[in-house]
Amino acid sequence: MSSATATIHETDGVWTLPARGRVGMYALIVAEAAIFTIFVVAYLFYVGKSLTGPMPADVLHAPIFLTICLLSSSLTIHLAVTALRGARSSAFLMWWLLTIVLGTVFLGGTAREWDRLIYESGLTIRTNLFGTSYYSLVGLHAFHVSAGLLGLSTVLVFALRGDVGREHSERLDVLSLYWHFVDVVWIVVFTVVYVIGR
Amino acid sequence: MNTAAPLFSPTNIFAPVSTPADSIFELSLFVLSVTAVIFVIVFGLLVYVVVRFRRRADDDGSEPPQVYGSYEVELAWTIVPMLIVVALFLATARVIASVQLTAAPPNAVDVVVIGHQYWWEYRYPKLNVVTANELHVPVSDPAHPTPTFMTLLSADTDHSFWVPRLAGKTDLIPNHPNSMWIDPHETGVYLGQCAQYCGTQHAKMLLRVYVDSREDFDRWIEAQRRPAQANAAASRGQQIFETTACVNCHAVAGTPADGRFGPDLTHFMSRETIASGAALNTPDNLRLWIRNPDALKPGSRMPAMNLSDQDVNAVADYLESLR
Amino acid sequence: MTTAEITLVRTDVRPRPLVERLHEWVTTVDHKRLGVMYIVYALVFLVIGGIEATIMRIQLVAPHQDFVSPQVFNRMFTMHGTTMIFFVAMPVMFGFANYLVPLMIGARDMAFPRLNAFSFWLTAFGGLLLYFSFLGGSGVYGAGNAPDVGWFAYAPLTAQTFSPGHSTDYWTLSLLVSGFGSIGTAINILATILCMRCPGMTLGKMPLFTWLNLTMSGLVLIVVSPLSAAQIMLLVDRYLGGHFFDTQAGGSAVIWMHFFWVFGHPEVYVLVIPAFAFASEIIPVFSRKAIFGYPIMVAATVCIGFISISVWAHHMFTVGMSPAGNTFFVLSTMAISVPTGIKLFNWIATMWGGKIQFGTPMLFCAAFLFQFLIAGLTGIMLSVAPFDWQLANSYFVVAHFHYVIVGAILFTLFGAFYYWFPKFSGRMYRETLGKLHFWLFIIGFHLTFDCMHVPGILGMPRRIYTYEPGRGWDTWNLLVTIGVFFQGVGTLVFVGNLLWSYFKGEIAGSDPWDAWTLEWTTESPPPVYNFAEIPVVKSRRPLWDLKHPEDPDWKYE
Repeated sequence: MSSATATIHETDGVWTLPARGRVGMYALIVAEAAIFTIFVVAYLFYVGKSLTGPMPADVLHAPIFLTICLLSSSLTIHLAVTALRGARSSAFLMWWLLTIVLGTVFLGGTAREWDRLIYESGLTIRTNLFGTSYYSLVGLHAFHVSAGLLGLSTVLVFALRGDVGREHSERLDVLSLYWHFVDVVWIVVFTVVYVIGR
Repeated sequence: MNTAAPLFSPTNIFAPVSTPADSIFELSLFVLSVTAVIFVIVFGLLVYVVVRFRRRADDDGSEPPQVYGSYEVELAWTIVPMLIVVALFLATARVIASVQLTAAPPNAVDVVVIGHQYWWEYRYPKLNVVTANELHVPVSDPAHPTPTFMTLLSADTDHSFWVPRLAGKTDLIPNHPNSMWIDPHETGVYLGQCAQYCGTQHAKMLLRVYVDSREDFDRWIEAQRRPAQANAAASRGQQIFETTACVNCHAVAGTPADGRFGPDLTHFMSRETIASGAALNTPDNLRLWIRNPDALKPGSRMPAMNLSDQDVNAVADYLESLR
Repeated sequence: MTTAEITLVRTDVRPRPLVERLHEWVTTVDHKRLGVMYIVYALVFLVIGGIEATIMRIQLVAPHQDFVSPQVFNRMFTMHGTTMIFFVAMPVMFGFANYLVPLMIGARDMAFPRLNAFSFWLTAFGGLLLYFSFLGGSGVYGAGNAPDVGWFAYAPLTAQTFSPGHSTDYWTLSLLVSGFGSIGTAINILATILCMRCPGMTLGKMPLFTWLNLTMSGLVLIVVSPLSAAQIMLLVDRYLGGHFFDTQAGGSAVIWMHFFWVFGHPEVYVLVIPAFAFASEIIPVFSRKAIFGYPIMVAATVCIGFISISVWAHHMFTVGMSPAGNTFFVLSTMAISVPTGIKLFNWIATMWGGKIQFGTPMLFCAAFLFQFLIAGLTGIMLSVAPFDWQLANSYFVVAHFHYVIVGAILFTLFGAFYYWFPKFSGRMYRETLGKLHFWLFIIGFHLTFDCMHVPGILGMPRRIYTYEPGRGWDTWNLLVTIGVFFQGVGTLVFVGNLLWSYFKGEIAGSDPWDAWTLEWTTESPPPVYNFAEIPVVKSRRPLWDLKHPEDPDWKYE
């Protein structure tokens, strides 16, 4: 037999702490930002250092349309979460679906861009320093977009079954933080690759 | 060879004979004094505290007065270390500049050092000399310095040139040329070894720097510049050398052998050691090395050529003719 | 003020089948069990890493020994370093954080229990993957097997050209996997501390242990990713024909060093800050005084965390950076000594005026103070770049960092084991064996690591499987090797003590040390729900307030 004694003071006020899901997501974003920083540093370091092969100015075309799609998807996901908070489920579903569509368009466009670079411009990951650092950086971002789309699609499946309600809006807001992060990274990648690096 | 007992070691960093090593030594004395003072004070405090504030055997079990902090004390032991840091930093910055920003005077000897797995290539571009593993430099009179400036390159992985009595170490990194300089003011042989892990035989990538008098150095250069003398007695060995894969890696000036993967052997017998210092250059060691390099340096890049004993002897005779 | 008395009855049941109990452990998400698993895992690898070190030391006991081939030796130092850092030091720190942080903040578990379990298994798997290389690293003859590129795996030695086969890939993949586990645990610790403290426990009222683990976790989030990034780049080079570190294509070997050390230097702070955390809990209790200067201790630690991210290239002083570059890193490295010194002085001030009891945990922490002082001073020597041009890559550096990792980190870790063992197991360890462990270990430690400084000064580089006679290194190496055996025996005594005491030790009760933080308010071992009622606190030492109602801490804080 054992006993434990706890002394209870009266608390003077409400004890509130940040929500752990949100803090956890911010922490994850910090770690992800660190990994992207290293790839960006490598990219910038190697600008102009390729010994041979196609140079950025020769082969890169700034993907303006795709960028608009991806950045708009940040807006649509925000609208989706707002709709869910207001318990407007069909509006939520529509905006959520649109977010996925925009993300998919971005990925599809990236795939097409790469197809052109590889088969028409002869730029692969092994061609030169530019190829290595370009495909790695853009690829890492595309990987994160894909992971995000996976998460968003999972939620879509639940939503189509009617299992997503207003009580989940906080969680989906946290998920949307990840999506916003992916968009911010794209802004950085776009600037580094298509503006500075060219 | 300088292994005098007072030095404790031929590679003692506290026995400098060249300006970079001297500057480091002087700086280190300053740093050691500062750290010694800090050590004595703090160590003394620790001993005092551990002895003085032990719980006594006759203790009544009460808790001692609780002290939560003191901003004055905290300030004191923040300010004082900061001042120490400033002093150390300034002293350090000065030596960094003096070692790294010294320009080569016109009479400096230029050497290009190329690191290989697991040997050292030395080229004297202005003097037209290519050699390996044993570096010769002229002694430098402090009144009229004749330093040696070295450009450091690598043919494969990272290496590091460390002869403690001459200078601090500097790395040899592919695609990243470095430079260092030495101006030894005492003749002799100075030892060191590769100081950046470069693979299996990193441990036996040894360094020997011969600091010669000016006359001896000039004579050595002259000898190194000459192509190999033809020697009838060693012709069979030469033939084996040139028709076996030896020539894929090794060069002998004045003959068809022009391989660059391994050390230049034109003046092989001018060296006291073989395999980059792994063994003395004796007839027995040489034959063992040719027969089976792994016996002396397991994992070195030189393969055993499976020569018969006669052929090994013939090749060794040839190499021994390369003076 | 109201007091609630909670009585818990332990009912005796038939012990459940072994399979069922193992299944419980394997599927657990309870932070205490995961903590224990991390710690036991680390102890196993500590012994393995120690064996690897012993093999090296036997080979180096005299010049030109043949105990192992150069190939085996090179694998030994690679595996020893990698194991000790990633599969001993990090898991054990995560283990203690896992176990203690929720208890100290009055929570029932970590913020994300399932992520907790997932992170543990990732780390565990990483270690197994690394060791599988001994068996499965097949490839080109003589080139497959355990990795042999050093724990820092410099390019271009790690390129396919120079490291054919798969040994390097085992290094890369196992660390990539366990790195993700580390990030997961760091996220968990951070979220737990920020979001799950009990009522009244503001950030300024939580134990220093918690503050320091918060700093450590933040650091992990920022610095493990650069290593992961560099490793992904290495894989791209090795398998997709990339040129990140391909010097023949214009790539840079130096950039690997930058990326690695951006991780590698803060990593040692990730390891030492929890060691500071242990000392900051043990020293006050055994001196019977509150920690001196709590706010400054917090500020100094956070400063150390920040500055540690700016010092990395002091590992690269010999690489040929510009004088300006070298000078900057000299300054940042020297700067970090200021907050570090402040902490040392604060611990001394805590002991000052106290009534110090030298139980085993305090013996280890006292030794830590002496040894950390020395380690810090040799660190200052190394921060002086020109001095480092001589000392870098020599046994002086090896002696310095082992002084920190063994002399500071392992010593406080031993202290922590003895201090919290009663809480984790419910039983006291045997004090005489604890003291025997201490004395054996400290003799061995000093014999090995004091002597080890000298060959470095006399020109002995590191990572060499043998050395020439006549360099003046022989006797020193002999002494270094002898010390290893004392440490080995000491460690065996330690493990034996823990094992024996776990089954046969005296019952400890909830508060054997008369301590002051929340973990001592609950049973030993704590029930699965930690606290019957979530505590409410008013000061940094809630138990002190309870025990000294006439003179509570909250009056002074």
